[in-house]
Amino acid sequence: MSTEVIEKVEVKKDNEALFSKKRKSLVSNPMDSDNPITIQVLGICSALAVTIALEGTLIMAFAVMFVIVMANVVISTLRNTIPNRIRIIVQLVVVATLVATVDQVLRAVAYEQSKALSVFVGLIITNCIVMGRLEAFALGNKPWDSMLDGFGNAIGYGWIIIAIAFVRELFGAGKLLGFQVLSKDWYVANGFFATPAAACIILGLIIWVLRARSGYVED
Amino acid sequence: MENLLNIFVKSIFIDNMIFAYFLGMCSYLAVSKKYKTAAGLGAAVIFVLAITVPLNWLAYNYLLKEGALTWISADFAGIDLEVLKFIVFIAIVAAFVQLIEMVIEKFSPSLYNALGIFLPLIAVNCSILGAALFLPTREYNLAEATTFGIGSGVGWFLAVVSLAAIREKMAYSDVPKPLRGLGITFIIVGLMAFGFMSFAGFKLPF
Repeated sequence: MSTEVIEKVEVKKDNEALFSKKRKSLVSNPMDSDNPITIQVLGICSALAVTIALEGTLIMAFAVMFVIVMANVVISTLRNTIPNRIRIIVQLVVVATLVATVDQVLRAVAYEQSKALSVFVGLIITNCIVMGRLEAFALGNKPWDSMLDGFGNAIGYGWIIIAIAFVRELFGAGKLLGFQVLSKDWYVANGFFATPAAACIILGLIIWVLRARSGYVED
Repeated sequence: MENLLNIFVKSIFIDNMIFAYFLGMCSYLAVSKKYKTAAGLGAAVIFVLAITVPLNWLAYNYLLKEGALTWISADFAGIDLEVLKFIVFIAIVAAFVQLIEMVIEKFSPSLYNALGIFLPLIAVNCSILGAALFLPTREYNLAEATTFGIGSGVGWFLAVVSLAAIREKMAYSDVPKPLRGLGITFIIVGLMAFGFMSFAGFKLPF
């Protein structure tokens, strides 16, 4: 279900405009019709686990964006020198180094949030979106295209987890980004939305809505 | 011994890798269409967790932790290599999975046929790396860490097999078209996670 869905996009012309139509679609497709979470089913673990509050989710979305974009650029630059047999290890090392950087920065800048995200920052290493994009795109395309592709997928991933976190924090605690939005006078926080089970069900419903709109049907 | 049993039960039911932490979701959703493949990958996960968790425990306690290198020389007491834990853990997991694959292929072709195709998938299964990353936050000894590894694997196996069983039955039900496949699967997983939440208050009497 995971990798065969991803189609290899080939951009060959050298003298193509920096933001040609094809290149724009590299960014826009993953946001909607080729979304990494709802269509390609990649990177689900963190989508469900970190979305309990909006602030941590935003940090996670940016962390993932940094890792995908940088890893895509690095692997795409090295793509002709990496031996095919050991490419998985090379990719893992590049990604793990980037993630270690992100983790150290988070600890220095936002210690509380990095504690709340616990193991999930580290788990960006095995986030299938990162590996999936490296395998399916960066290994066969030029750095600039890979960078755009990385941005597109990171945004596609980011807006879904932010949507889930929005619903969960709003109804689970009556707050948004830590501010009380629904007054405690008349709104009793619904503990259901704070549970991991709710994340699953909300994501299921988001997928329902998106697929009903796009007409995508799984056999 | 009682402590080990407690950790074992806890890691299967209460801290279930899937239902409490959502680790290994990608392969969980991808292989749970058929009962047989689900059982195959589940068994491979138990196997790999049972071996890599103790290995990573050793790496953490004798290499990475602050002051862990004192067994070489007392001068190294101030060295803290925890920054490197991501790279070391993932390298151990990836190298080890490759190694198991080769060993199984050589010595047991029948087991290789059953598990072989799943092993490469496991290197990037979050539950394996996740279990390793939980080690620094929980102060287990080696026996406890091994039990935790096996228990987490069994919990994952249980989750994937039961979802596959439900999805096989689902083939006969009339699900709204856009909800088919992934959508309804997520809702089922959510409901199953609810079921598993009832274990949360559960504690062994010792």
